[in-house]
Amino acid sequence: MSTNPTNTTAVLEFKSSTFFAPILILFNNDIATIELSLHEKIRLAPDFFKNSPLIIDVSELNKQNHDVDIVEITTVLRKIGFFPIGLRGGSDRQNNQARNLFIPIDAVRSNDSPMSFGKTQVDEATDRSKEEVTETPIAPAAASSSSSVATTLITQPVRSGQRIYATGDLIILSQVSAGAEIMAEGNIHVYNTLRGRALAGVQGKTDARIFCFDLQAELISIAGDYKTNEDLSNQTRKKPVQIYLKDHALIIQEIA
Amino acid sequence: MARVIVVTSGKGGVGKTTTSAAIAMGLAKKGHKTAVIDFDVGLRNLDLIMGCERRVVYDFINVINGEASINQALIRDKNCNLLYVLPASQTRDKDALTQEGVGKVLDELSQDFKYIVCDSPAGIERGANLALYFADDAFVVTNPEISSVRDSDRMLGLLSSKSRRAERNEEPIKEYLLLTRYDPDRVHSGEMLGLEDVQDILSLHLLGIIPESKSVLTSSNAGIPVILDEKSEAGQAYADVVARYLGEERPHRFIDGKKGFFRKLFGGKS
Ligand SMILES: Nc1ncnc2c1ncn2[C@@H]1O[C@H](COP(=O)(O)OP(=O)(O)OP(=O)(O)O)[C@@H](O)[C@H]1O
Ligand SMILES: [Mg+2]
Repeated sequence: MSTNPTNTTAVLEFKSSTFFAPILILFNNDIATIELSLHEKIRLAPDFFKNSPLIIDVSELNKQNHDVDIVEITTVLRKIGFFPIGLRGGSDRQNNQARNLFIPIDAVRSNDSPMSFGKTQVDEATDRSKEEVTETPIAPAAASSSSSVATTLITQPVRSGQRIYATGDLIILSQVSAGAEIMAEGNIHVYNTLRGRALAGVQGKTDARIFCFDLQAELISIAGDYKTNEDLSNQTRKKPVQIYLKDHALIIQEIA
Repeated sequence: MARVIVVTSGKGGVGKTTTSAAIAMGLAKKGHKTAVIDFDVGLRNLDLIMGCERRVVYDFINVINGEASINQALIRDKNCNLLYVLPASQTRDKDALTQEGVGKVLDELSQDFKYIVCDSPAGIERGANLALYFADDAFVVTNPEISSVRDSDRMLGLLSSKSRRAERNEEPIKEYLLLTRYDPDRVHSGEMLGLEDVQDILSLHLLGIIPESKSVLTSSNAGIPVILDEKSEAGQAYADVVARYLGEERPHRFIDGKKGFFRKLFGGKS
């Protein structure tokens, strides 16, 4: 039942494609600390990291002359449920370790290089913790490809029980139901009713903002500071608002 | 190729089986060869409402396991010879229902039938997931109360992500709202959500409103789908639903109720 468009005798075909995979940038070479940190990240968005392929980036560590054992880190990643599919920024020894594990080596290339293995994202300077996972959006309706931070656009309603995680900004054109959860490392825009939970700046970006047309959220949070529905004042409930952080307080401001 | 309709809700007891029986009968009465399948393994129910429980020999699981052919298991309806029922098993384990097995049965039925109606069990577990997996259209049965609306919303999430159409990136399942057990007086008194409240949350294409009606129980007890009780409001409402689904335009009724009508007539508030 094969469908071959050109030649009935062809056995296979190569197609050019872009493959998206998160890049794990390590800032700390202590395996136990990394493992702990990863569990924390996964807890935030389990569905997005489960069984995910991933590229290990040790260039930051090597800049600081911090060595990390690729066999050890690979073992930990596989145990947690990641599939390491590439190493970048490794030393000769690390590259050899990777090859022995059948993990390809990826030289650090420029962001837009068509050959780049996995898609790099240049993150704006957030105060990073020990390591960071960047991820390109999963099946968004459209994503900007040239800008350094991807924007995720969702046109379908986000229903109860669904979760969305965006590494950059998140734009949603439909309603977000109660019981749904939307998360972004950048800003969140909801051009409709927001009834679920919205968490912007989830990796600590304190200048992230939430915008929505009709605020009825169960919970809103920016960089970890949050308000529940009970805390919303009647002045802003069911109004078009923007929400931002000022001295660790969430400011909800009606947009006229 | 048949069109596969799943009747689903998330929440239990909202009227899925009643609806499955009614619309399957309605489609068959309109001249379309229709099969209705009970996915509620362990809680056989559809055959009672269809009044064929004493003619069950083989069931859905027997067919999946290859212990009976589809034709052996299908029961022809006593009121309409274009309508067939595939009953659920009362004795088997739910795990016998497999995606591959269900797919094969639906494929085979598709050769011969115009519509296949899948009566989903409640919940968001295996049975419900399998009932919706192969669907082309979904009738989301909702009662006008918040927990039912919430569960329907949840179900809509699954329809858009866990179906075959979603997995294959095909055109999404067509989703329709069926608001059942609607009691205009209780809506008016604020005990129940109104149509607008429900639509505010779900924003779905409304296929019909089925009023709360004693005739549903009477019909169930008699083993006759309520759509055949043409005098009852519920029966008429289901007939409208089928007609609208098939493309006819019919104004929505039973939103205001009789008392509502008098209320309007006399301009009173209560
Ligand atoms: N429009 C209606 N008016 C009055 N009673 C109704 C109506 N619709 C359904 N019912 C009653 O509600 C009960 C549940 O209906 P039904 O079995 O169709 O629900 P269900 O969603 O299939 O339930 P389950 O989740 O257990 O499969 C039955 O007793 C039925 O008679
Ligand atoms: Mg039922």
